[in-house]
Amino acid sequence: MKIKALSRSISTQQAPGSDVQRAPRNLAPEIHPQRALNAVKLERMFAKPFLGQLGNGHVQGVYSMCKDKHSLNSVASGSGDGVIKVWDLTSRDDEVWRTAAHSNIVKGMTFTNDKKLLSCATDGIKLWDPYNTPKDTTPIATWQEGGPYTSLSAHRTGNSFAASSGAGCIRVWDLEQSTAAQTIQWPNFTDTITDVCFNQVETSVVGSVATDRSLILFDLRTNTPVIKTVLRFAANRIVFNPMEAMNLAVASEDHNIYIFDARNFDRAQNIQKGHVAAVMDVEFSPTGEELVSGSYDRTVRIWKRDQGQSRDIYHTKRMQRVFRTMWTMDSKYMLSGSDDGNLRLWRANASERSGVKSTKQRQALEYNTALVERYSHMPEIKRIRRHRHLPKVIKKAGEIKRDELGAIKRREENERKHSDKKFQKRKGEREKAVLVKQQ
Amino acid sequence: MDTIDTVDAPLTRVAQPNGALTVKNARTEFRSKAELERIRRQRQAQKAYGRGRQIDVKSVRDKKLRRNLTNLETKYKTAALKSKEAEILLENTSGFLEAETELERTYRVRQDDIQKEVGIDVAQKKFELKLEGLGPYVCEYSRNGRDLILAGRKGHVATMDWREGKLGCELQLGETIRDARFLHNNQFFAVAQKKYVYIYDSSGVELHCMKKHVEVSHMEFLPYHFLLATLSINGYLKYQDTSTGQIVTEIPTKLGTPVSLTQNPHNAILHVGQQNGTVTLWSPNSSEPLVKLLAHRGPVRSLAVDREGRYMVSAGQDNRMAIWDIRNFKEAVSSYFTRSPATSLAISDTGLTAVGWGTKTTVWKGLFSKERAVQEKVQSPYMTWGGEGQAIERVRWCPYEDVLGLGHTEGFSSLIIPGAGEANYDALEVNPFETKKQRQEGEVKGLLNKLQPEMIALDPNYIGNLDLRSEEQRKADRDLDSPAVDVVEEMRNRARGKNGALKKYLRKQRKKNIIDEKRLKAEEMYKEMQEKKDERHKERKAELGPTLARFAKS
Repeated sequence: MKIKALSRSISTQQAPGSDVQRAPRNLAPEIHPQRALNAVKLERMFAKPFLGQLGNGHVQGVYSMCKDKHSLNSVASGSGDGVIKVWDLTSRDDEVWRTAAHSNIVKGMTFTNDKKLLSCATDGIKLWDPYNTPKDTTPIATWQEGGPYTSLSAHRTGNSFAASSGAGCIRVWDLEQSTAAQTIQWPNFTDTITDVCFNQVETSVVGSVATDRSLILFDLRTNTPVIKTVLRFAANRIVFNPMEAMNLAVASEDHNIYIFDARNFDRAQNIQKGHVAAVMDVEFSPTGEELVSGSYDRTVRIWKRDQGQSRDIYHTKRMQRVFRTMWTMDSKYMLSGSDDGNLRLWRANASERSGVKSTKQRQALEYNTALVERYSHMPEIKRIRRHRHLPKVIKKAGEIKRDELGAIKRREENERKHSDKKFQKRKGEREKAVLVKQQ
Repeated sequence: MDTIDTVDAPLTRVAQPNGALTVKNARTEFRSKAELERIRRQRQAQKAYGRGRQIDVKSVRDKKLRRNLTNLETKYKTAALKSKEAEILLENTSGFLEAETELERTYRVRQDDIQKEVGIDVAQKKFELKLEGLGPYVCEYSRNGRDLILAGRKGHVATMDWREGKLGCELQLGETIRDARFLHNNQFFAVAQKKYVYIYDSSGVELHCMKKHVEVSHMEFLPYHFLLATLSINGYLKYQDTSTGQIVTEIPTKLGTPVSLTQNPHNAILHVGQQNGTVTLWSPNSSEPLVKLLAHRGPVRSLAVDREGRYMVSAGQDNRMAIWDIRNFKEAVSSYFTRSPATSLAISDTGLTAVGWGTKTTVWKGLFSKERAVQEKVQSPYMTWGGEGQAIERVRWCPYEDVLGLGHTEGFSSLIIPGAGEANYDALEVNPFETKKQRQEGEVKGLLNKLQPEMIALDPNYIGNLDLRSEEQRKADRDLDSPAVDVVEEMRNRARGKNGALKKYLRKQRKKNIIDEKRLKAEEMYKEMQEKKDERHKERKAELGPTLARFAKS
């Protein structure tokens, strides 16, 4: 008779003199009968997006911000009293550099490729050198030609920059020259251009939005405006996708963000709805996959480029109207500047923690993300994943907005039923965004 | 029924009348030996660790979706293959008891013979506890097989670390005990006493008296859901969440006093054996049994389900023991006889079935196997024990050990049954050698991963179907420009049979006396149909001729 019975001694499970237990695995599905899915809950449990604020912020609201593309940790901000501060993100202490740059609200700022800082206000454009000069110095250069300037944008590689003026034109300067190299204007256009933005891939294309609801694209190579599109509402901000040259996002006064394909302005490519007040700022992440937006409703929202609803909503009790939002260059953090004068640093992924993780930890996290992804269509999971606690005011505003939009739609439908309109085809939501297109 | 793995089987050949063989799916392309080996391994891995049928990626039109699905499929494939390859890391092989000559029979091997053959540490696992006068005893092991709880009918309860022979706690409750069970780990146990169910901690301190559970005769603990299920003499099945303390459901089984209870470890469904010979399957989500199965003539004395949830063994008062395939509720093989009605059944991790009947215990091997397409009838048992006057009350396998525990009238016996236990445990699932720290951590993990009682269903992998209809409805609501449904066409399509939609509509509308476009159209259609019908009738009459015309179908 051949006999063998199982025999495991404790010593085989734990080496003598060691306190490390062995953990043998057996992946046979029979001994893993049930799989749980609380990963999504864990994700929500660990969601702590707010990291802190930079120093003590500004005395007045932060109305302009910019980052140095060549450095991960330095950003600059300009406030309503004309003060400019440069911050170090790693220390988050008091500002590295400051100056009282302008006599009133700093409208636009940008870092140039040679690590200088440009700022604009109604009293002109000024060039600063925050890395090499002491605090409270005088500017290196100033430009005062033309009207009051509303925003600035620097060329991706060259030493030129564009500024939008209140007189309906954009001017492009070289840093070395005192007079504008180019001045471009849509024929007979006199409204204030509120924002201007260089394309990061097609580097000679400049986009702009103006107070008369128009969105104009300029080409610097031909020195002409290319296309003008009139939207239904005025836009506050225009940005190009840094990875896909043709796509641009517009932060609109009608609470939405519109993503357009510059080759086809007949319809918006995507509409991102969620804010309950005007969107003041929007920016693509350096990967081009996500957007961050700040709104007059005191929240910051993160969006996936191709989805209609926000991925996450950030808010704090003390954050006021958000005027500027920005990604850091590694796409892992975000900054928001608001009316209360503070600059806040946020995690782009609320439940993620920086720092070195052990392999086990990393694997567990990956497993959890895979689980969440795998079961994301289940209603229970979806509910937990999408649920965000919102301030009462915003929730209420959202409800009111939904009711009002429903009422408008109902009224329109009733009108349709009893008028000639019923023979017309309905216009899609994305087509509605564009009013007129002029070439 | 299982399909046979045909990886290595020869291709199907059909003999022609002239003796030639036609080969279906002839292999025209040359495959190297390594390639063939790779394919074989892939198939084996797919069978053991695969995640169901593969998606036919080529039929997907959407480029992005196709890409995603292809990635997913590749991921699953590599995962299965890697799991299969990881088998090489399994360090133990399971035990066995094999006859070397034709004359030897495994069931003749006595415990003394085994004790002589195996090492001292294993031989020590055979022991007897003489506890006379307080029995019969019920016994249960904790989930990792380290602890044992013994509960005598007359009120004696003891827990112990049985391998080390260390007593955990001992209680003399002084009232009838019907069942006892460990909760998620060895720290707590529940005892079904004369009137209520009590929960004690490892040192024997009474923590809870659960007055909602009255006169409980059977208990089961669902470890992944943290549910204690109790079955009382009046037939009430109650689920209590032991992590929150809430009663989840109370279900009246309505079939008299239940006789036996067991859980399906695969899907956490409870199987209740009734007086009238039926086995009913229960989940906390339904007040009716999910399945009713007439298993025996006479009460179902005992039930057991294998760990993969494929087979159920039931034993009845009619001296029968039946094997069921519980995926389709068919009797897997013709049943076996027990000389007297079996009192207790248990299935080990490797599929050995222990049957306690009268004073004896029989262990069967190969009563069912997932590898076989058709189950065979086993002629003789694997091992037997007993016949010395102690009536067996309960048989239980110790998890991860080759040990069978028997509770009987004279105490408790622990037997060595080679080949019963799972050789390779997964330390992250259940660890027989866990330390205090690991136990605590495991408890927290278990609570975090607790499954909701709503997820208990016959098929635990089933999540839900896509609600295609309401999606279509929603799409239609969104797209207001889509052409309106043609009323007539809709009615025509549904107006088949004697009581078609059209007739019903008209019947209802006539009462209302509202005339609108839809009704006019319906009337018109009805008229048209009537005319057609008359015409057909006339034709039939003409066919049959003047004499037979009156027999024509109208």
